Amino acid sequence: MFKFDKLIFGDAGWGDEFLIATLMTLLVSILSMGLGLFLAIITVWAKIIQNRITRFIANFYTTVIRGVPELLVIYLIFFGGNAVVMSIAKVFGYNKYIELNALTIATIAIAVISATYSSEVLRASYLAISKGQIEAARSLGMNKFSIFFKVISPQVIRHALPGIGNVWQITLKDTSLISVTGLVEIMRQSRISSNVEHSPLTFLITAAILYLCLTTISGRVFKTLEVNYSKGFST
Amino acid sequence: MIEFLNSIQNSLIYKNFFLILSGLDNTILLLLISLPVGFVLALLFALGRVSKIALISRTIASYIFVIRGTPLLVQIYLIYFGLGSVKFIRESFLWYALKEPFWCGVIALTINTVAYGAEIFRGGIQSIEKSQVESGLSLGFGKFLLLRKIILPIAIRKVLPSYGNELILMVKATSLVSLTTYMEMTGIARKIMAKTFAPVEAFIAAGILYLFLNFLMVQFVKYLEWKYNPHLRLNN
Repeated sequence: MFKFDKLIFGDAGWGDEFLIATLMTLLVSILSMGLGLFLAIITVWAKIIQNRITRFIANFYTTVIRGVPELLVIYLIFFGGNAVVMSIAKVFGYNKYIELNALTIATIAIAVISATYSSEVLRASYLAISKGQIEAARSLGMNKFSIFFKVISPQVIRHALPGIGNVWQITLKDTSLISVTGLVEIMRQSRISSNVEHSPLTFLITAAILYLCLTTISGRVFKTLEVNYSKGFST
Repeated sequence: MIEFLNSIQNSLIYKNFFLILSGLDNTILLLLISLPVGFVLALLFALGRVSKIALISRTIASYIFVIRGTPLLVQIYLIYFGLGSVKFIRESFLWYALKEPFWCGVIALTINTVAYGAEIFRGGIQSIEKSQVESGLSLGFGKFLLLRKIILPIAIRKVLPSYGNELILMVKATSLVSLTTYMEMTGIARKIMAKTFAPVEAFIAAGILYLFLNFLMVQFVKYLEWKYNPHLRLNN
């Protein structure tokens, strides 16, 4: 039932393919988490500055993306991403056919989803910083940049770390949906292998174990980071 | 005016909307079975998780660990493709359910929501003050009565907001069942996108329906919160 011999490394088994697929999953997760955090910072900024239009756009974005299934967002970017990029290129006078590769589409799609979750986490931790600190920094003559990097960021990171850890887990698991676009990550690899070997159980269980390892290990990493960042506040 | 109406009727969003609407009942059918069953099982599992018998609580803890650590898609595929490839399951009575993508979806969704729900309810049960259990005991409540009258009502109403979140995640999770050839809203939307190459129109049509479903879910949870937290209502 479970064919261990199919998982050896080399030509006879799928071990090396799965290793590459695991690295691909990690790569997509890290890239889209990074891009997602960047988008999330912009979203939070749009929500906290006193501007009705930016706040409306940011709220609309987070409400819609969190309210529709992730798969639908991935389909939208998978089928529509090329057209958007091509129409932007046309503005700059480039008329040839452009095709985004699967990794780019995957990264953008997962980042767009992950950013909505990150933005909620970041916003909550920004609001947890008392206003007095920002006023104190300003009274010391710090400019906007040093306030952001020396006062706000360190505290936001500490407050947000547990939440960001959760978002990371969600992002990691969401990358499995990317298999529908044809990018060979763990899920896609397990489908390919099981189609060749006619043994879905073996490879799907392998995929499950790989995901379990990834989530467990990264959970540990985030625990360590949390301890590290809250040193000054340890009880 | 009539021209305007005609242009709406001919627009792609309008046509897609009704195409995708025909998948709404399939989406709801998945939820109608997996949510109630998932709720009851999650409560039982949460009680098992906090039980003093190590075997039960450890087993349930590892079940929750495995389910929460793997993507739902893996679970759906494992049930649909994985179990279907095992010979003795194909020859057993289980095959009547497992050969249908619908039942595979229901089983996978239930297994998934039970794990998340059990963890939520465990939090609720463990947050109950000891004094409340003790006062129940001092009134001579038996174990079952204690559970029914004190522990469960308090625990459930405490975790309603986070369980509501889980319900919304479940609405979104039904979309993954489309990958097992079960034609619900996302499956139809995908078909339209692949056929017409007008992804935005299909996305808007399906998105409106999903947002509407989630809106109903939020209202439902809000109503439950209002109903079961009478002490928190502003105007009593």
